[in-house]
Amino acid sequence: MDDPLVIAGREFGSRLITGTGGATNLAVLERALIASGTELTTVAMRRADAGGGTGVLDLLRKLGIEALPNTAGCRTAAEAVLTAQLAREALETNWVKLEVVADEDTLLPDPVELLDAAEQLVDQGFVVLAYTNDDPVLALKLEEIGCAAVMPLGSPIGTGLGIRNPHNIEMIVSRASVPIVLDAGIGTASDAALAMELGCSAVLLATAVTRAQDPERMAAAMRAAVEGGRLAALAGRIPQRFWAQASSPGRPLE
Amino acid sequence: MLIVINGEARQVAADATLAAVLQEFGVPERGVAVALDGAVVPRVLWPDTGLRPDATIEVLTAVQGG
Repeated sequence: MDDPLVIAGREFGSRLITGTGGATNLAVLERALIASGTELTTVAMRRADAGGGTGVLDLLRKLGIEALPNTAGCRTAAEAVLTAQLAREALETNWVKLEVVADEDTLLPDPVELLDAAEQLVDQGFVVLAYTNDDPVLALKLEEIGCAAVMPLGSPIGTGLGIRNPHNIEMIVSRASVPIVLDAGIGTASDAALAMELGCSAVLLATAVTRAQDPERMAAAMRAAVEGGRLAALAGRIPQRFWAQASSPGRPLE
Repeated sequence: MLIVINGEARQVAADATLAAVLQEFGVPERGVAVALDGAVVPRVLWPDTGLRPDATIEVLTAVQGG
């Protein structure tokens, strides 16, 4: 079935966006990325060591996977904007996963700084994919100021707690006219499937795969879950009922 | 004069350009970006960019993350 994910006019065959953080080494990451079927993967921006290489970029280039720079680690709009500008220069892409977190314990987005940074980056011509709280009000504001995709969390980064407020995600999806990507908190395949069943356009995950006991196998599981969840969402589930409803007609001896 | 590159203080010539300092630092051909005193400097401008004393240079690259 031809059902591409479209962000800012660009088509992706896979609705699974991955991260590259947390893998023990590049060989493990490579196998996981291939198994995931992803076409878009985040990378972080950090100080280059003297003479240091760019191994992860070389790997993504080899696999034909688009690198999506993020602003992970930024706490203020100013930091995030500069980091995005550096990423644009280093990676020759104007796409950015905007991430502005408030503190180390929660890693929750700081909504004030996030909105400020998003506005600046949209004004500067960036394609902004904004990592946000599962707040339907903020999600709509991010869309209105021009974000290309809005990416609400299921639960805090790296927790694997799944989608703590499915109703919020449904509310966000129901009003959105840009892709909604469930980002953060995915623990296992059923979480990814649920995200898609709730109507999300894609899922972004890293830790659930890279820190799984078998990253390659979990990547394959996530791929199947995203595809299954998407199909279920398009197929239209049956309404939930309180009492049972037989699927066979009548009774045999009546 | 003293400058700071990726958090490390370095002694450089008073007339050193950004390009010269970066070459000495060992910046790869691609995949990096540079901010001088908080503003991005495109690679094509490195040879023409001078430095003030106490200049702060950040050299960033993509790493595994997110």
